[in-house]
Amino acid sequence: MAAPDTLIRARGLTKRFGELVAVDGIDFELSRGEVFGFLGPNGAGKSSTMRMIGCVSPRSGGELSILGLDPDLHGPAIRARLGVVPQEDTLDVELTVRENLLVYGRYFGLRRDVIRERTARLLDFVQLAERADDQVEPLSGGMKRRLTIARSLISEPEILLLDEPTTGLDPQARHVVWDRLYRLKQQGVTLVLTTHYMDEAEQLCDRLVVMDGGKIAAEGSPRDLIARYSTPEVLELRFDVGSHDQAAEKLAEVPAERIEVLADRILLYAGNGEEALAAARSLGVEPLTSLVRRSTLEDVFLRLTGRRLED
Amino acid sequence: MAESLAGNLVPQRVLGTRMTWSLAVRQFRFWLVNYRRTWRGTIYSTALAPVLYLGAMGVGLGTLVKGHHAGGLGGVSYLDYLAPGLMAATAMQTAVGECTWPVLGSVKWLKTYQAATATPLRPADLFHGHLLFVTMRLVMTSAIFLVVALAFGAFRSPWALATLPASVLTGLAFAAPVEAYTMTREKDSALIMIYRFGVIPLFLFSGTFFPVTQLPAVIRPLAYVTPLWHGVALCRALSLGTATPAAVASHVGYLALITGAGVAWGYRTYRRRLYV
Repeated sequence: MAAPDTLIRARGLTKRFGELVAVDGIDFELSRGEVFGFLGPNGAGKSSTMRMIGCVSPRSGGELSILGLDPDLHGPAIRARLGVVPQEDTLDVELTVRENLLVYGRYFGLRRDVIRERTARLLDFVQLAERADDQVEPLSGGMKRRLTIARSLISEPEILLLDEPTTGLDPQARHVVWDRLYRLKQQGVTLVLTTHYMDEAEQLCDRLVVMDGGKIAAEGSPRDLIARYSTPEVLELRFDVGSHDQAAEKLAEVPAERIEVLADRILLYAGNGEEALAAARSLGVEPLTSLVRRSTLEDVFLRLTGRRLED
Repeated sequence: MAESLAGNLVPQRVLGTRMTWSLAVRQFRFWLVNYRRTWRGTIYSTALAPVLYLGAMGVGLGTLVKGHHAGGLGGVSYLDYLAPGLMAATAMQTAVGECTWPVLGSVKWLKTYQAATATPLRPADLFHGHLLFVTMRLVMTSAIFLVVALAFGAFRSPWALATLPASVLTGLAFAAPVEAYTMTREKDSALIMIYRFGVIPLFLFSGTFFPVTQLPAVIRPLAYVTPLWHGVALCRALSLGTATPAAVASHVGYLALITGAGVAWGYRTYRRRLYV
């Protein structure tokens, strides 16, 4: 039996689709009040994991316990306590904003007066109060996302699952969504999210796992992961297409912890980026542009998988 | 937070029959909310269609039939012969209409089914909920048809009232398997095929407009296995007052069997589609 504050526990969790192993024996635990993320590129197995947690995809192997219950046996009881923001909007675009919350609240068996009271509060929260009686169809992508978030909160869930909550949104709409999610986090709502945006993971997650090819490559807080798998600073250099490879050879001599030669840039991982840049210049390397920045989860991902996150 | 949910959680721990139906009713209400926007149009067309058909074919064309072949119809007027057949055929059309595009739309285009599966509802609850709604629609169209037929003087036997449940059952024998099939489809071209090779030929050749005995002997057995023929024969026997217990039992039994098989198939297709 899981401890009361462990909301989700997975051991060797596996999902197969025929020959394809989408999720390959992963272990993780989620505690109450935490914001937990699955970071990884498309096809890493994040959504399959989310669907198993959401009790809409039977696992192919391993153990999974959600709120102390087995999803194979207690799907409805678990789902009654989850809120889900799916990757693809599943709003009823033929109904109004308010009707969407009504229909959804009724699915949870809530009384009309309860739904009415929560609808007012939730539409305020996601800044859609003025659109309450409008059809959903013409709303912008960002508004639909916010409505989906409001809808997922109508049952006051104990865990909120968000599958790629800002994919497909423009930067401004994305920031509005982040701001709302951050407020939920502040209110102590337990969030589980998947993302392939490292800035999203860094801003929101207390703890995350990096997924690749159905497996967990690393786990920790964003800060931990950066400290463990990267250097404090990164020097990014760009060169002419012609001199790119030559420069890479010369840079091998710079005292850096690691060097990554990408198609368009060369990254030098060093404790001090400016010193690395000075060392490069002293070797006669003249980049077109140079940038010293702090390490991010993108660097962690590159280190762990040899690939970039957003391709 | 915990208090507000407690009411939901208690019954879900005992997943008995009562719980199953209460979840299905939640989905039924979803269809009602949707139907609120379109019900006026459907009432108009369900009332108008029987008036037009019974007027043009029953009364109009019937004057010709009377002159030639009244004997083949068992000595009744063409109007009296046609009305019960048309009633069963209307139930089929209502059922197929409700179980094709609206269902594929819910799982494929609007994804309202996926939204519902994120709540306590299970695929079987969505299936039950929609079948409840289709049953309601069948009761509505059959009742309207009954009223129109009575107004035309086509239904005379007191047993004619029993055509209402008979017609609803006929509709369900189409609704369950068609809905189960729709859940296996990705494109609506498959749904067009249901009409082209199912609904339209059945409508024309299942004894609605003329006795199946008029068909060539080779294809006659084909007509006997279709649910529509059983529905037509059942409604006709009731409206003409010629029903025998054995005939009613065999038609009802056959239609119930097809419905049951469709429901069993639907459990599989709903689950496979929604729990990937």
